[in-house]
Amino acid sequence: MKASAGGYARANNLSHAIELLALSDGMGRVLAGGQSLIAAMNMRLSTGDMLVDISRVSGLSGVIDEGETLRIGALTKHVEIGAHPLIRAHAPLLADAVSFIAHAAIRNRGTIGGALAHADPAAEFPACMLALGATLHIHGPDGERSAAAEDFFEDLFETSIKEDEILTAITVPKAEADERQVLQEVARRSGDYALVGLCLVARSSGHRISLLSVASTPILARNAMTQLDQGNVDGAVAALRAEIDPPSDTQASASYRRHIAGILLRRAVAQEKGDFA
Amino acid sequence: MTVQFGNPDRPNSYIGKTVPRPNAGRLVEGRGKYVDDITLPRMVHVAFVRSPFAHAKILSIDTEDAKSVKGVLRIFTGADLAKVCTPWVAVLEHLKGLKSPPEHPMAMDRSCWVGEPVVAVVATSRAAAEDGAALVDVDYEPLPVVADMMTALDASTPVLHPEMGDNLAFQRLHEEGDVDGVFATAHKVVSAHFKTGRHTGVTLEPRSILVDWNPAEGQMTAYHATQAPHMVQTVLATHLDVPESRVRVICGDVGGSYGIKVHVYPDEVATAAISKIMARPVKFIADRLESFTTDIHARDHEIEAKIAVDANGKILAFDVDDWTAIGAYSVYPRTSAIEGNQVVNLCGGPYDFANYRAKTTVVFQNKTPTCQYRAVGHPIAVAITEGLVDMAAAEMGMDPVEIRRRNMYADDAYPVTSPANMRFEGLSHHQSMDKLMGLMDYDALRADQAEARARGVHRGIGIASFIELTNPSPFMYGIGGARISAQDGCTVRMDPDGSIVAMSGVTEQGQGTEAMLSQIVAEGVGVLPSNVRVITGDTQVTPYGGGTWASRGAGIGGEAALRSARALRDSILEVAAAMLQSDQASLDIRDGHVVDIETGAERMPLEELGRIVYFRGDTLPKGLPRELVQTRHYITSEYPFAFTNGVQASYLEVDIETGVVTLLKHWCVEDCGRIINPQLVDEQIRGGIVQGLGGALFEEIHYDDEGQLLNGSMADYLVPMAGEMPDMVVGHVETPTKESELGAKGAGEAGTAGAPAAVMNAINDALRPLGAQVTQMPFTPERILRALGAIED
Repeated sequence: MKASAGGYARANNLSHAIELLALSDGMGRVLAGGQSLIAAMNMRLSTGDMLVDISRVSGLSGVIDEGETLRIGALTKHVEIGAHPLIRAHAPLLADAVSFIAHAAIRNRGTIGGALAHADPAAEFPACMLALGATLHIHGPDGERSAAAEDFFEDLFETSIKEDEILTAITVPKAEADERQVLQEVARRSGDYALVGLCLVARSSGHRISLLSVASTPILARNAMTQLDQGNVDGAVAALRAEIDPPSDTQASASYRRHIAGILLRRAVAQEKGDFA
Repeated sequence: MTVQFGNPDRPNSYIGKTVPRPNAGRLVEGRGKYVDDITLPRMVHVAFVRSPFAHAKILSIDTEDAKSVKGVLRIFTGADLAKVCTPWVAVLEHLKGLKSPPEHPMAMDRSCWVGEPVVAVVATSRAAAEDGAALVDVDYEPLPVVADMMTALDASTPVLHPEMGDNLAFQRLHEEGDVDGVFATAHKVVSAHFKTGRHTGVTLEPRSILVDWNPAEGQMTAYHATQAPHMVQTVLATHLDVPESRVRVICGDVGGSYGIKVHVYPDEVATAAISKIMARPVKFIADRLESFTTDIHARDHEIEAKIAVDANGKILAFDVDDWTAIGAYSVYPRTSAIEGNQVVNLCGGPYDFANYRAKTTVVFQNKTPTCQYRAVGHPIAVAITEGLVDMAAAEMGMDPVEIRRRNMYADDAYPVTSPANMRFEGLSHHQSMDKLMGLMDYDALRADQAEARARGVHRGIGIASFIELTNPSPFMYGIGGARISAQDGCTVRMDPDGSIVAMSGVTEQGQGTEAMLSQIVAEGVGVLPSNVRVITGDTQVTPYGGGTWASRGAGIGGEAALRSARALRDSILEVAAAMLQSDQASLDIRDGHVVDIETGAERMPLEELGRIVYFRGDTLPKGLPRELVQTRHYITSEYPFAFTNGVQASYLEVDIETGVVTLLKHWCVEDCGRIINPQLVDEQIRGGIVQGLGGALFEEIHYDDEGQLLNGSMADYLVPMAGEMPDMVVGHVETPTKESELGAKGAGEAGTAGAPAAVMNAINDALRPLGAQVTQMPFTPERILRALGAIED
C-alpha cells in the first residue's frame, strides 16, 4: 500500500514543533525515527496524519549525567543508547535491551522517545522504564511536566502524552554500586518482538520486575517483587504466573507466555546472582 | 565430438567450474530492471478491493464515492471483466476425477476467500487507486465458511460449490503388494500423525505485471514477473480472445519465484483484461498484504501414516493417508492436485520395499488457493518417510543411519521401479550417506551429543534421505492437456565480432540461469563466457519453452543450449575449414580462435571469420553453408522424470525450559548429476535448505475458524532469517543422467525437500530420552513444550 499522509512539516525547534501540533487539529503525529509510524502509515493503519518532524530539533538528543540521575534526550537513537558509556555504566539494562531491539537498520534510526511514545507493550524500552522507575519529561503549550513511568503507559499504544504534547527526555536513576539489572526474553527469531520478556532490577530498596508482551501495557509484577524481596524465588515465580493475564496470538498461547514468564524470572534471578551466564 | 567431462584440463572447460554471473553486477549496483521499474506512456495503475469475508454473497457494489477521488479513471466489477475475459477451469485429464468450478478474474456474485479480488479501481497512481478502493462500498451477505480440512467432507459441512456436488476436489489411492497382510503380521509397526504448516513462498519482489494492449497493432505486451512466459502467453491469448501470436510476454529481472510465479492469478489476468478495455498500459504490483492473501499457499497437509519393519529393521510396508485442503479453486493451469499426488508418488522413495499404500484426499475450503511451491510435495513425503524410519529405528534400538543403510536401494540396483511406480535411472543413496558420514564425523557428533546430555544440554542429530523429481517430461502437465512445454530450446548465433548470443526458453529468476547458460554455450562453441550474451524471458525472441519450474532449467534448458552451441561450433568450423583449406576435423575453437585441434596453434580469430561471412561472403565458395545461427530443442524421452537423491543432516539444541530450538549445523550431500556451476549449485542447495528450515521452525499461515487470515505481515509471518541459520556443509556425488550429453539433473529443490525432516528427526532425537516427540510443523517453542508436558492450561 501507499501511505496516505495528511501533511508534513519539519519543526525548527521545540516550540515550533508544539506550535505545529496545535495547528494540526488533532491529526498531528510526531515523527522522530519513523520506525513504527512509517510502517503503520505504509499499511494504511494510520491515515491523514499531519506529520510534525522533530528529527532535526536540536537539544533533544544525547545523555547527560545529572548526578543522581541520567537524562536521556528523546531523540537519542537506539544504537547510541547501546554504546553510550554513561548508559553502560549507570543504566546497563537499557544498553542490554538494545541488542534485543529489531535489527541494525532500525536501531540506527529508531529513537528511545519514539519507542516510549509509541508504547508497544511488546517493546523493550517501555518495560525497562518501569523496571528502572524512570521519569518521563513532556513538553506542551504550557511548558514541561513530568510523569512517572508507572503513570505514563495507559493502554495499548496509549500514553499520558496529550495531543499537543511531545515527549522530550527521560531521566533514570543511576544504578547503585551493587545494583543488578537483567533483561531476559524469548523471541522466535533474533530481533523479533518477544513472546515474553522480563526485566529484573535488584537494588537496595528492593526488587523491581517488569514484563513485556504479557498485557496491553508493560507491567510491574508487584506480587512477585514482594516475594523476591522476601527471598522466596519459588513464591515469586508462582506469584508472577498468578498475577499476569497474557494474551494469546499466532505466536504463542497465554498458557505458554505465563509458563515462560516464570522460567524467565528464574533465569533472571540466577543471572542477577551471577550463577548464570 | 563429445565434451570430455572427465578431463578438467580440456580446452574451454567451463562446464563444471564456477564462473562469474553475467547479471550479478547489474543487480548489485541496483540497475536491475523489474516490472515496477518500467514506466510506459499513458500508463495507469490498478488496485483491487478484496473480499474481507471468506465466503459471502455480493449483494451490491457502490462505486460513486470512489469515482470522485482525484486521479481515479475507471472502476470495474467482475461482471465488467467477464465481458472480455472467459473463465478458466483448472483440471488435468491425467489427474482422474479432479474437479474445480469455473473461475473468473474477479468474483462475480460470490467471494470465496479473504483476499479474492472483487472490484478493480484504476487511477493515475497506485495511491489514488487505493484512495478510490477505500471508498468502494460492497454490500456482502456472509455465507457459511468451510475452514477445517478434516471435516470438509462431513455431511454436516456445507458444500462450497453446490454444482460440484461435494467438497472433494481430488482423491487418489495407490496400492502395491499386500499392505494389510504385512501390517497384520509384521515384527514391528510404528504409526504417527503428521501435520505440515500452511505456508507460502514470500518472494522479495512481489507479483508484478504491466500489460499494454495496443489496438493499433492488435498486440498485447505483458511485462511480467513470471517463471513461464510462454505459458502466460497462451493463457492471456486464450481467455482474452487475442491470437497467441499477438501476445508477447516479456520477463526481465525477477526477484525470486520459488514456484509462486508459475501460476495464473486472477488479479493479473484482470490487469490484462482492463488493459484490453482501456487500451492503455495497466500496472499491478502486489503489496505485501496482498502477497500473503493471494500468492498461492502450500503444504497444508495432515497425514496419518505407519511403517512395518521386520526383526532386522528391513522395511516391509508403508501406509500413508494424506489430506490437504486447496482453497476454493484449483489453481490454473497446473492445478492444485499435484502436491497431494506428489506425496503419493514420493513416500518411501529412497527405500527398497514391496508393499505400499498411499492415498491423498484433496478438499475445497474458503481459504487462499494452494498450489505448487518449491519442492512440491517433497518436504511432506520426506517428513512422513524419514519420521517413520527414525521412529522405527528408535523402537528397535537401532541407529538411524544403520536402518537407512539396510533399506536404501543399492547403488548398483538401477534402473529400478519403486512401489509407487516411479522409475529411477541411477541414484547414489549409499555413496551419499557415506560421504555425509565423513563430512559430519557422525561418531564424533554422537560423542558430543552424549557429553552435552551429561551436562543437561539436549542436542539431537537428525538424518533425512530423499529423492527429488527433476527434468519433467510431458508426463507432468502436457499429458493432461495443459499447454505447458516440457521441451525447451536454445538459439545460439555468432555475430560479426565473434561474440555469441544465446536465446533460451528457460528463465532467470535470480538463481543464475543465465550464468549456467553462458558457460555451457561458451564451452560448446569455444569462447570465453564473457563473450556470450544470454537473452531469456521474451516470447517474441526466444525459442518456445517451458521456463523455470520442477528443477528443469539446467537439465533441459542446459542440454538445449549445449546442443545448439555444438551445432554452431560445427557451422563455424565448416566455414573455417573452407577458408583455411583444412579438414574440418582437424580444427577446433578455443577462447574465440579457430585452432589446430592437435597442437592448439591459432589459425584464425572468430572475428575474422565473422568479417568474411557477413561482409565478404563473396570470397567464400559458392554454396558453402554459412548459417552462423543454430537452434536445438531438447526433451527427455526415456524417463518421465530424472530423479535425484541426497541426504541431509541437522544438529541442533533444544532448550527444554523454553522450547526454543537452536540450529547448530546442517549438512547436505546431494546428487544432481553433472554439476555445471559448483557455486550456483551450492547456493541453490543452501537457499533451498533455508526455505526448508523455515517450514520446519518458523513459517505458518494462521486462519481463524471464519477463514480470516491472521498473520499477513512480515512481522507476524516468520520467514527464516540469517540470525537463526546454521553453518551449512554441502557435498556432492555426481551420477549424470544418461539421457543427455550434459548429464545434468535439477538441484533447485533438494535443499527444501529434506531439511524439514532432518530438523524434525533431530528435535525428536534430542527429546527422545525425555519421552517426547513432535510431528506438527513448524516446531514452535510452544509445541515443543507441550510435547514435553511442561505447559498447564
